[in-house]
Amino acid sequence: MLLLDHLWILLALPLAGAATNGLLGKRWPRSTVNSVGVGSVSLAFLAAAELVREFSLLKADQIPYVKSYFTWIAAGPFTVDFSLQVDQLTVVMLLTVAFVGMLIHIYSTGYMAHEGGYYRFFSYLNLFMFFMLTLVMAANLIVMFVGWEGVGLSSYLLIGFWFLKKSAADAGKKAFIVTRLGDFGFTVGILATFWVFGSVQYGEIFGKAASMPIEANSQIGPLTAICLLLFLGAIGKSAQLPLYVWLPDAMEGPTPVSALIHAATMVTAGVYVVARMNPLFSRAPMAMLVVAIVGGLTAFYSATIGLVQTDIKKVLAYSTVSQLGYMFLGCGVGAYAAGIFHLMTHAFFKGLLFLAAGSVIHAMGGEQDMHRMGGLRKKIPVTYWTMLIATLAIAGVPGLSGFFSKDEILEAAASGPHAHPTLWILGLAGAGLTSFYMFRLLFLTFFGPSRYDEHAVHVHESPKNMTVPLMILALFALGGGWFAAPHLVGGTDHFEAFLHPVFQAYAPVGAQVAEQASLAGSAGPSSGLGSEAGELFKALAGWPVIVALIGFVAAWWFYIRRPESAERVRARFGALYQVLLNKYYVDEIYAALFVRPLLWISTNLLWHGVDEVAIDGVVDGVPRVARELGSQLRELQSGNTRSYATWVVLGAVGFTVLLLGLLGMAVH
Amino acid sequence: MSVVPISYYLVLSAILFGLGAVAVVFKRNIITIFMAIELMLNAVNLAFVAFARAHGQIDGLVFVFFVIVVAAAEAAVGLAIVITITHNRQTLNVERVNLLKL
Repeated sequence: MLLLDHLWILLALPLAGAATNGLLGKRWPRSTVNSVGVGSVSLAFLAAAELVREFSLLKADQIPYVKSYFTWIAAGPFTVDFSLQVDQLTVVMLLTVAFVGMLIHIYSTGYMAHEGGYYRFFSYLNLFMFFMLTLVMAANLIVMFVGWEGVGLSSYLLIGFWFLKKSAADAGKKAFIVTRLGDFGFTVGILATFWVFGSVQYGEIFGKAASMPIEANSQIGPLTAICLLLFLGAIGKSAQLPLYVWLPDAMEGPTPVSALIHAATMVTAGVYVVARMNPLFSRAPMAMLVVAIVGGLTAFYSATIGLVQTDIKKVLAYSTVSQLGYMFLGCGVGAYAAGIFHLMTHAFFKGLLFLAAGSVIHAMGGEQDMHRMGGLRKKIPVTYWTMLIATLAIAGVPGLSGFFSKDEILEAAASGPHAHPTLWILGLAGAGLTSFYMFRLLFLTFFGPSRYDEHAVHVHESPKNMTVPLMILALFALGGGWFAAPHLVGGTDHFEAFLHPVFQAYAPVGAQVAEQASLAGSAGPSSGLGSEAGELFKALAGWPVIVALIGFVAAWWFYIRRPESAERVRARFGALYQVLLNKYYVDEIYAALFVRPLLWISTNLLWHGVDEVAIDGVVDGVPRVARELGSQLRELQSGNTRSYATWVVLGAVGFTVLLLGLLGMAVH
Repeated sequence: MSVVPISYYLVLSAILFGLGAVAVVFKRNIITIFMAIELMLNAVNLAFVAFARAHGQIDGLVFVFFVIVVAAAEAAVGLAIVITITHNRQTLNVERVNLLKL
């Protein structure tokens, strides 16, 4: 039980790596930086694997396994321990983060080989791993918040890694500021949690929540308020409507960063929080509905933007936003396990997609515009095959990882406890669009004629340290779905069974559900489906595959069979195309609605008004008074004898008059 | 023979002193200022003598002798300073003598 007793080791490894590389790495050769950077994360992964082995030996009543190290904050009734915990959800997150993180570290040794600031990159990357592990292993909201903000910081540092490029520096700031909007709600949510439950420790919160009734749909009770506030943080961090705008810009960072932080791990933190706080969410149906609606809308909305983007990383960025929407949709309809499952498979295939895209960019010597690629299939075969697998996985081809996880979510949206047909249709439409834009990406990049200058660009396959992680991830993108061996192909859902304790321990029990049902009236949207729903589902199970096929055929038609027809369609729907190409002008709308007014107020009111007039006025005013007074008094000491004589005479006269006056008073 | 009342002496003394003070303040020539100071000293002497006479005491007379002696010493030192200043600065105007160091 080495690691269960010393959970801190998992956090200490990447932190030590970050500190070592950050402080000393500047003078070290790259091989040393490599061994420290990659080594610490690989050790962390091995430690996580060992932890899982030890975890499997624990008895059910020992889970969640909480380890408290010291009292961190003690202020009256408000006490926070620095405590870590391990339960099934933590294990899933831990393995996913450590595994994908390790592969991406290895990949980075190839991708960043010719970049300056090599030690800095690995230091930041290790720092990110430290905070991400803190986030998933925390046993209370405050420690989790440390990880939450820490990954935000690492994200900022890594997006702006090439900080001399203005667009990269701006993108880093944008990411930080936009997520801050959500974090405001998150912070208030944590405070509200303490206010309601008197504790921030998961175990205590959930224990108290378990005895609370389900809140009615129509009112905003304490649980609904807490859940909505926490979800606001999740919206910012996980780039959902309307705070998704920072994620596409975050592609300014190096591609491994996009893969690790902005696809596989950090952006899923919001989903993790919703899943972690499931005892609260399950008792706040209105919050659940909001989560599901935001998720469903985002899944569809950002997929439409992905249709027309030409930058290979931008397509993947909008795809990530869309897939995160699916995860929230899954959580929102009550299928937390499905959401987390999609989180895991998404980490595999989207991480792979980004890494493969990085490999393409590497091969093209930095080119990211898909219109200047084409026909790369034969030239970079490893990249092509791995990307093909990832594309098939995300598009939902039966048997691959994405198929299982997405189907589970869509199934839950159609027949789960909080199902609604609209949500299902949104998800389904998004699935079709996903298939289209992913195959469009694949066809534009790897098929057709080459649209680049073959003399100028020397296309070459990436080195081994880049292709091997691709192949390993491809393996998981291919087979990752079988962790769940889902019941829709007749297996037992091991994944859901594994996570069952986390999502059922504090779930509303029968009486509460019945109470809720009586509150809601005779027939909620989900009730009365029963076995009928099972039949219905069987009829629907094929739909995701069918729309994926439609998406594929459409992409094939427009980009392989009849490339000129794509132009025709574009010309026909010019206005719509422009709207999509400009991302619904959301950035421009935000700039007009928020950024520019804020800038105006800051410049004219706060800067020129408050700062320059009020504060500078006071600060400069005090010395000005002293100086004016001094220069007036200085006139007395002129060095002019006659003026001195005048003062002496005046003084003598004044003194005499005073004396006479006093004498006169004394006499009377 | 009627005695001149003491107030006459005192008024004269005050007028002389005032003239001296005004001259010290408004005149620019060092020699003139010097003479004005002598005038003030002697105005005070007059007041002393008048009081001594009025009260029939000798104290005021003693003071007057001291003042005369000190005024003589002051005149010696003062005129020496005036000569040095004139020598160094080629002027007798006090307005030009506003610096300790040339």
